[in-house]
Amino acid sequence: MDDVRFSVDLVADVVQMWSQPFMVNAFRAGTIVAVLSALTGWLVVLRRQTFVAHTLSAVGFPGAAGATLLGAGALTGYFGFCLAAAVVIALLGGRGAGRHGHESALVGTVQGFLLACGFLFVALYKGFLNGTSALLFGSFLGITGGQVTVLAVLAVLVLALLAVAGRPLLFASTDAETARVAGVPVRALDLGFLLVLGATVAAVASITGALLVFALLVLPAATAHRITARPARGLALSVLFGLVAVWSALTATYYSPYPLGFWLTSIAFAGFVTAAGGRAGLDRRHRGGRLVTVFPRDGLPGSRRTAP
Amino acid sequence: MTADPAAHFGRLPATVIEVRDAAVELGGRRVWHDVRVDVAAGEFAAILGPNGVGKSTLLKAMLGLQPLAAGQIRVLATSPARARRAIGYLPQRRSFDASTRIRGVDLIRLGVDGHRWGLPLPGRPARQRKQRIAELVELVGAGRYAHRPVGTLSGGEQQRILIAQALARRPRILLLDEPLDSLDLPNQAAIAALVGRIGRDQGVAVVMVAHDVNPIVAHLDRVVYLGPAGSVVGAPEQVLDSASLTALYGTPVEVLRTAGGRTVVVGVPDSPVGHDHQPVGG
Repeated sequence: MDDVRFSVDLVADVVQMWSQPFMVNAFRAGTIVAVLSALTGWLVVLRRQTFVAHTLSAVGFPGAAGATLLGAGALTGYFGFCLAAAVVIALLGGRGAGRHGHESALVGTVQGFLLACGFLFVALYKGFLNGTSALLFGSFLGITGGQVTVLAVLAVLVLALLAVAGRPLLFASTDAETARVAGVPVRALDLGFLLVLGATVAAVASITGALLVFALLVLPAATAHRITARPARGLALSVLFGLVAVWSALTATYYSPYPLGFWLTSIAFAGFVTAAGGRAGLDRRHRGGRLVTVFPRDGLPGSRRTAP
Repeated sequence: MTADPAAHFGRLPATVIEVRDAAVELGGRRVWHDVRVDVAAGEFAAILGPNGVGKSTLLKAMLGLQPLAAGQIRVLATSPARARRAIGYLPQRRSFDASTRIRGVDLIRLGVDGHRWGLPLPGRPARQRKQRIAELVELVGAGRYAHRPVGTLSGGEQQRILIAQALARRPRILLLDEPLDSLDLPNQAAIAALVGRIGRDQGVAVVMVAHDVNPIVAHLDRVVYLGPAGSVVGAPEQVLDSASLTALYGTPVEVLRTAGGRTVVVGVPDSPVGHDHQPVGG
């Protein structure tokens, strides 16, 4: 990458990037993962399960490190451990969305232990110099065509599941008890969603590393939630933000000496801060009272706020 | 102790809920027993009583979510679980907090088709769904705020949205668990009047759990008082009298009639006139 330099001609830049097979694979994998995580993430934010997502990603690290140590490949480890952890959480967790708060101390303790295990596995695998950094903070080098295929198959599967179960899942996520009485199988959906979340976290972690999963899983979705309360628009915006973050981060990484994890997280974070700031501003404007149309003495209709 | 024959307004109402000598045990403790009540289409019944006496449990039993230790409950001439499709249910809750970023109309829509699998189809079903949502918004008078995120709405506004959601599939029965809890007085009166009107106009039987009878007493056709010593069922003018409530609660209760003909219950442990909100159980 010595002669690589960013120019004003964006088309030429992209052509140059995509002349490298590893960059093409990185863009393919990144695009698939961005779409997948944006959709799952929108539901994670709605269901207040970000802590669960974080737990799953912490489990993914020893999984990936252990699998690398055994020669099975990091992706296998991510999927195996994340899905197994999703089942365990579903069996331990009780009912409804966002109910893990009371167990947070226990889960946090287990998270710390798992990260330590992952570190041990990496240390045991001595030939794997960059391993820790790649597993924790992500890497876009060395994504194979086979991995892209695995991610694509997974994404199609998850999208099909979300399309079929979308409305009952939304119902169960906003109001579990009412949904249950309306005939929605809330418990089955809870478990199903945790499995989808486990698979998504594994897929995202293979690009962003275990510690920066939130950059793609939560940040684009949280940004979309700040901007719109309409489900269809929120999902679309979440996907858009995820794609923009991944594409611009890959480009920035290719043309700069800084790592992917930094760019991805910073770009997604900048988007979130902008949206959150805008939302806070709008809310402050509304807080004083409702906007009403008034007809003051000069006869020109205007608007003012009612008394708080 | 009495289940009076339902004969209201000179019509012959069809009984939609029949509770026959029902009893429930929770953790080996019998919470209530020998409850006998009929609710007819279009009637408004209230379940009242002190904390922890099992008011919500009776509602859950009517939904078939709580097995009975004795007796029987029939809903729409079948088992409660089988009748559940025809029941609109409003569970007890605090409220949606400010960070809930989903609109009121989205919640109402989930009531219409949230139980369906697959992607919603465009065309005629979509148009019918939109029209139904608009009707429901109109019915509860939520037009001004239904398109705002539900977390930004007041308690009364959220309650109207949830009532619209519960009515979405045109239920024949509406079961409401403490819908007036944590509302201010004008909103309590408004929601009570709304529920009463919808029940009468649409022939929907309404059963509401409440810890304060005063906001709803003017709309009620039937009262179920659950107490530790037993239960009393009947028309409000029969049940709401000082002697029977004092006997039921074992503490002095006064029922006053105001000059305007209103009934006010004073001194019931869970019906303080001052509305200091105690934690609600049962």
